[in-house]
Order: sequence, then C-alpha cells, then structure tokens
Amino acid sequence: MNALTNRSKTVERKPMTFWEKIYLPAIAKGMSITFSHIFKKKPTINYPEQTRPFSPVFRGLQVLNRDEEGRERCTACGLCAVACPAEAITMEAAERLPGEENLYREEKYAAKYEINMLRCIFCGLCEEACPKDAVYLSETFATANYNRQSFIYGKKDMLIPHPKLQPEEYERAKGLRVNPK
Amino acid sequence: MSTTHFLFWFLSVLAIFSAIMVVVSKNPVHSVLWLIIVFITISGHYILMNAQFLFIVNLIVYAGAIMVLFLYVIMLMDLNADSEPQKNKWLKIAGVIGGGALLLVLVAALKDADIKNQLAQTGSGQIGLIHNLGMALFNDYVVPFEISSILFLSAMVGAVVIGKK
Amino acid sequence: MHEMFLIIDWAIAIEKLVLIAVIVSLSLVVAMYETYAERKIAAFIQDRRGPSRAGPFGILQPLADGLKLFMKEEIVPNLSNKFLFVIGPGLAMLTAMMTSAVVPWSSHLHAFGRDIDLQIADVNIGILYIFGVVSMGVYGVMIGGWASNNKFSLLAAIRGASQIISYELAMGLSLIALLMLSGSLSLRTIVEQQQDGWYYVFYQPLGFLIFLVCAFAECNRTPFDLSEAESELNFGYHQEYSSMKLGFYLFAEYVNMFISSAVMATIFFGGYDIPFVNDANFGAQHGQNLLATLQGLSLFIKVVIFIFFFIWVRWTIPRFRYDQLMNLGWKGLIPLALLNMLVTGFVILLKQNNWHF
Repeated sequence: MNALTNRSKTVERKPMTFWEKIYLPAIAKGMSITFSHIFKKKPTINYPEQTRPFSPVFRGLQVLNRDEEGRERCTACGLCAVACPAEAITMEAAERLPGEENLYREEKYAAKYEINMLRCIFCGLCEEACPKDAVYLSETFATANYNRQSFIYGKKDMLIPHPKLQPEEYERAKGLRVNPK
Repeated sequence: MSTTHFLFWFLSVLAIFSAIMVVVSKNPVHSVLWLIIVFITISGHYILMNAQFLFIVNLIVYAGAIMVLFLYVIMLMDLNADSEPQKNKWLKIAGVIGGGALLLVLVAALKDADIKNQLAQTGSGQIGLIHNLGMALFNDYVVPFEISSILFLSAMVGAVVIGKK
Repeated sequence: MHEMFLIIDWAIAIEKLVLIAVIVSLSLVVAMYETYAERKIAAFIQDRRGPSRAGPFGILQPLADGLKLFMKEEIVPNLSNKFLFVIGPGLAMLTAMMTSAVVPWSSHLHAFGRDIDLQIADVNIGILYIFGVVSMGVYGVMIGGWASNNKFSLLAAIRGASQIISYELAMGLSLIALLMLSGSLSLRTIVEQQQDGWYYVFYQPLGFLIFLVCAFAECNRTPFDLSEAESELNFGYHQEYSSMKLGFYLFAEYVNMFISSAVMATIFFGGYDIPFVNDANFGAQHGQNLLATLQGLSLFIKVVIFIFFFIWVRWTIPRFRYDQLMNLGWKGLIPLALLNMLVTGFVILLKQNNWHF
C-alpha cells in the first residue's frame, strides 16, 4: 500500500542489541537530558502579577462607552440585541428629560442595559452592529462570582468611568489597545 | 518477676492465643494474618534466648516471604461463603481423631522429656549469635550445609528456567 | 540476668527515647520536605516553576498539603474490612520508620559525662534487620489493597507483593558479596571499616548498582511503581483511601526513600565519614562533639544527594511493563548478583593466597 504522506517512518523491529538490552546507556542519556533542563529558563508567566500582552483582536467583556464629555453614547436602538447570536442582550429605552443633556448624548437612552455574561460568546457582533460606537469589547476577561445571577451585567457593571471626573479609572477601563472608533 | 519473665509470658500467651485464632477464624485471610502474629511472637522468643540470627531469619523467611505467598494465594481465591463446599461429617470426625492423636503423641513425648532441668538459656545463650552459628555451620556441618545451598540454588535456577519458557 | 522487673538503667532508657524521638521526627520532617523537593525538581525538569505561593519559594507547601489531607473527609468503604482497612496505612508507616533503628547517624557525642552513640541500636545483625523490616513492609500494601474490597486495589497489592519479594532476593544476593569483604553485619562496623579509606562502592560497583535498582523497586518508586500505576490500576492499592490514611501511605513512601538513601550511603558511601578528611585527627584537634556534628551533616548531605537522585530518576524514566520488571529482576539482576558473589569470593581467596593460584 502506498503511504499517504511522505512523512511516515518505517518502524524497525529488530531485536535489541546487547548495549540496548542493558538499558544503562539509554538511561544515562535520558538522565543527562532531564538534568540539563533544570537550568533552562522557565517560560512560566506569574499570572496575577505578570500578564501576557493581548493580541489586538482580543475580545473580552463588554463596556458601555461615553463620549469625550462623559455622556453615554447608547441610544437603546436595539441593534446589538438583534445582532447578538446568543441573545444575551436586553435593554429598556427611556426618553431624555430636560436638564439631562450632560448625561446622555441623544434624546433617547438605555434606562436598563443587561448582558448575560454566561450566555455571551464574545463574538463581537454587538460591537460591529452598534451605529453609535457605544458598546465595545474590552480586555477584561476573568470573571468570577458565587452565583449565576451576578453574571447578568447591568449598566453599573459595564458603563465606563467618566472621562473628566475619573480620568484615571477611565484610562484603565479603556485598556491599552483601545482607540474607540 | 523480671523483665525477661514478663516478656516470656506475654509472648507465650499471645502466641497461643493467635495460634488458636488461626484455627478458629472463618476467614482464611484472617487466619493467615493471625499466623503471621504467631511467627512474630516466636521470633520474639528467639530474641529472649539471645538468638538474634534465628530471630531475624525467622522473620524474613517465614513472616516476610512464606506468609506473603500464602496471603497471595488466598487473596486470589474466591472467598464467598456460598461457594464454600459443605464439609463431610465423616471428614470432620477424621480430622478430630487425627488431631487428637497428634496431641497425644506430643504430650506423651514431652511428658518423658527432661524439661525441668533444661531451661532455656534466656538472655545468656551465645549459640544463636551469628558468629557462633557460622562457626558451627561451616566447621561441623560444612557438607550438609553446602549440599542444601546447592539444592536451593538449583531450585532458583529451575524457577528462572521455567519462567523463561 | 536476675534484675527486678522495672529496674531499668534510666540513663540509657532516656538517652534512647530522646534519640528515637529525634530520629523519628527528623525522618518525618525530611519526608515532608521530600514531597516539596519532588514537586520542585519535577517542575524544574519540566521547565516549570513548581509550588511558589505558600511562603517564600513555596517553602510552606508541605504544611499546606498536610493540612489539606487532614481536612479531607475520611471515607471507609461500606464493604471493606474496617479493621484491616485502618491497620494497613499504619503498618506501612510503622515499617517505614522501624528501619531507622540500626542506621548509625554519626559517631558519638560526649555530653553529660558520657558517650552517647548516635544510633538507636547497634545490633550485630544490622543489615539483616533492615531486610526483615523491609519484608514486613509488604503487608501494609497487601492488607490495604485486600481490605479495600476493590479489584484494582487487589491487583495492585498482588503486583506490589510479588515485585517486592522478587527484588528482595536480588537485593540480598548483591549484599552478600559486600558482607564477604566486611565480615560483619553490623552497620557501625561497616562504616568504621570505610573510615579514611576507600568506600565500598569502589570495591563493589556492580553490587551497588544492583542494590540501587532493588532499592528503587522496594520503595515502589518509578520506574518500578507498578503497584500504583495510575494509567492501569486507577490509583493502585490506595485507591479507596482518603484523608490522612492516604497521607500515611504516600508519606510512608517518602520515609522509605529517606531511610533507603541513608542505608545506601551507610553501606556503600562510608556513612558518616567525612570525605577527604582524616576523622580521627580532626576529632583530636577540634573536639569530639564538633566532629560528631560534622559527621552527621556529612551523612545528611550524602542522603540528600541520593534523594535527589531518586527524584531525578522518577522524572526521567518511564514505568516498566510488568513482564519487563520480572525479567529484569529474575533474569537480569539475580544472575548478575550471583556472578558478582562468585567473582568477589574468588578474588578474596586469591588475596588470602597472596595472589597465587
């Protein structure tokens, strides 16, 4: 039968020679290999203290964005919810009242915006669907909690800090890679 | 009562109790474990007689090797109570008669033996020490010793040869 | 011979009790840190960092492990033989500890106006005593495996027992050649013969090699850990065990490793002798107590090297197949040991005859 690839190797089934039979040379060779590994550099990264750089296309937990003056961008149009293949997003719209112009950018805003992070598959379609650049995926990814209810993230969990009032937190939340489109 | 006496009585009582338990136990594995205790107590008696070599050889050979083989075989047996064959009544009677006859012979033999004047040399005997034992074996009993050692060697070689097939 | 009951030489009794307590706790602490060393060296060999969270460099890891084992739920299987199930790990631990009684840990200290031998019992059957206790060690495995009432455990117990019996034979035979040289079974005498001279490993390299291989087999260490082969027998004879009973089995293995390292260092590598130093002169110059301490340290360093070797081998060599194990034992090591014995006897006779036939 013809070999399917040219990489196959024929296995030799000759009886072992005397030197192979007494095992000792092979054992000594193996021992020297393992011993040399003791002094090799360890590739381990000490995770919570050190982190690996993220790839530019990494998709983590969602963040609700604000504009430069700190107003929420989201208008509760619902395109993200429609785009979401896992149906993880729900929202309720509300109308902006007079005097709230510094809070919301448009006349309509999301009074409630929830993403079930256990359903979310982090595909990033919500980010692509959003016409207002209001939702994007951050670099945060390790979530842990004691009950399932707390994995339904609301606005208070996802809204990015105010760029003017809390500039440091804002920068941290934006991450290293992000330039919101 | 001296320490030696105390240990002697302790080991004797334990040995006899375990020996009875060997016979009485329903579970063969328990019997073997009791038998191991018997061997250990007998080894203890050897120590009391200052026979260190006999003590350790008894421990290695009997308690350590032979009893492991016993245990080995018994563990592999099917130990369900259901599969236990019903013993014949006549077999039991024959067993009792055979055992009783052996006991009779032993008692008769020991009755006439001069045990009163030949007490064991507890703690003071030198013959069981390895040096003296070696002297005796290799001076007085060289030929039987060497023949038996050749017998053992051939048994071992035989085992390897059978294993090679 | 007619001392009254309970009239004991209290000085000796207290001395020995303290010595026993010290040695037992020492071997437990060493065993604890062997587990740490095992994990750390395994990690290094595999280019990892190993335990590093508990304390600096993970030094407190053994304590955390022990605490975890203590906190675990204790489970005794319903259909097991309860008494034997509990006795098994105890026996394993007991036999592991008992071997340390005849190893001379150093020469003697001079304190309280008396010479204190740093050896629990200098019996003239030292080596045989070690064999006796090791042969008792099988029962821990066998009883535990049988009492668990589990087919895998039983198979593992049977494997372990036949392995230990087979390798005990080769071990004994490999030592006979050395005993012909030393002429004594007492470990202290054997160490004293090696003081300031050639170690016995140079006279008996083949004997040492066989003994080393057998020591691996007796300790149930990889490449001979057939009785706990995870991939074939789930977990071997301690599959049904949990909590500290499991801990005892695992711990007994490490204690065994420590003691067999000490025995190998004693028999073949001069024991507490300090290499390249004339011990007697050193003792005369700097005092007996300093000498004894340094000698103890010297033995300890030798033991640590052996322990490192044990661990190193474990993370290098894969497990033998069962028939390979038996072939190696019966067809490899035993004939070699017999040959070694014959050659040694021949050379000794030749030497007595002033190198004439």
